[in-house]
Amino acid sequence: MIEVKNLKKSFGSNEVLKDINAFINPKEVVVVIGPSGSGKSTFLRCLNLLESITAGHVTIEGVDITDKKTDINKVRTEVGMVFQQFNLFPHKTVIDNIMLAPMRVRKLSAEEAREKGLELLRKVGLKEKADAYPDSLSGGQKQRVAIARALAMEPKIMLFDEPTSALDPEMVGEVLEVMKQLALEGMTMVVVTHEMGFAREVGDRVLFMDGGYIVEENEPKQLFENPQHDRTKSFLSKVL
Amino acid sequence: MDFRFDILVEYIPFFVKGTLLTIGLSLVGILIGTVLGLLIGLGKMTRNKPIAFLCSCYITFFRGTPLYVQLLLIHFGVVPLLTGNTNGILASIIALSLIAGAYISEIFRAGIQSIDKGQMEAARSLGMNHVQSMKDVILPQAFKRMIPPLGNEFIVLIKESSLASLVAAPELMYYGRALGSQYFRVWEPYLTAALIYLVLTTSLSYLLNRLERRLATE
Repeated sequence: MIEVKNLKKSFGSNEVLKDINAFINPKEVVVVIGPSGSGKSTFLRCLNLLESITAGHVTIEGVDITDKKTDINKVRTEVGMVFQQFNLFPHKTVIDNIMLAPMRVRKLSAEEAREKGLELLRKVGLKEKADAYPDSLSGGQKQRVAIARALAMEPKIMLFDEPTSALDPEMVGEVLEVMKQLALEGMTMVVVTHEMGFAREVGDRVLFMDGGYIVEENEPKQLFENPQHDRTKSFLSKVL
Repeated sequence: MDFRFDILVEYIPFFVKGTLLTIGLSLVGILIGTVLGLLIGLGKMTRNKPIAFLCSCYITFFRGTPLYVQLLLIHFGVVPLLTGNTNGILASIIALSLIAGAYISEIFRAGIQSIDKGQMEAARSLGMNHVQSMKDVILPQAFKRMIPPLGNEFIVLIKESSLASLVAAPELMYYGRALGSQYFRVWEPYLTAALIYLVLTTSLSYLLNRLERRLATE
């Protein structure tokens, strides 16, 4: 579904991703962990070209997104993204946040978009907040709206960039619960997170990144209980 | 000090005419300046290097030289070159619009760049293109932040329009100066002019405050 080949990314002279090779299968939940500065968020942002790619190839459903002829807007409609800082549109109500892209990009009518938006809000447990503004919501609620907004485009893949890192501890659970539900429904997901419990419970595969490389990857149980590399061991000993 | 109301009364029709032209010059300057400002501001932000450079030069020149100098250049240089005659009103409109455009372009640019880049990323990640994201996500938020500095610029423009009297555009200060030199008086013409300018600028800031509050509660 996603194939990454020899991906390199530099910011000026600083090479953040050195040589990344990875694949994501349909319906798979891949969790990316690693110390900060290891390049895991950059890696995720390269998958929908929010970061330009310095070298290498990323192929999504057979489409090479690094090819200049690829319509990146079209690719992005299939790849939803959830951000650490939520990035809801503060001048729009919750339901308008969700309806905007389906109306503009998928050309849904206002009624169709609204109906779908309300259904998604029900799914994330926030139907009664449809007409509220983002400022009046808690962090956990904001992130659940952001997930609903991304789902409204009916993406085939969802990218999560540290979705719980900006949340108060008591709100982490409600967001992870929504993500878990999504995984159970068979969504293909790539999740950058520090939530090792989530990685262990929901992840099909865990990638451990450090210094711009994927150092080790394995099933969660194997990786957490029997890490092979010293850097993985040292990282896990600090976070577990 | 005595204060001669009789000469003021005599000049009422001229003050009315002058005030109307002051309002006219300011309004046209604001309108053209805003359109120009948006274009120049966007021009400075484009990735097209020559266009961005030209827009930078424009801003540097019109912000970096006095309006008085620009006005004289336009009045005695540019307008006669284009039309064959001098025309105080036309020269004033051009000069006010051009300088307002330079300041307003920086207000637009600052407003747009003050919006967190996560907003653009979120819009783009949903598959919206750059123009859609600008129109539906960035500009509505940026516009709210532009209102206070835009209001400031409008007020500055009303005041600076008084320089038009120096190229014989018959606005408020022009008649003020005429009254002053006809009767050799100081207080009556200039205090009256000051009062009228105050009424114009405070009315405008009142309107802008209301607009700002209305948008804030939306």
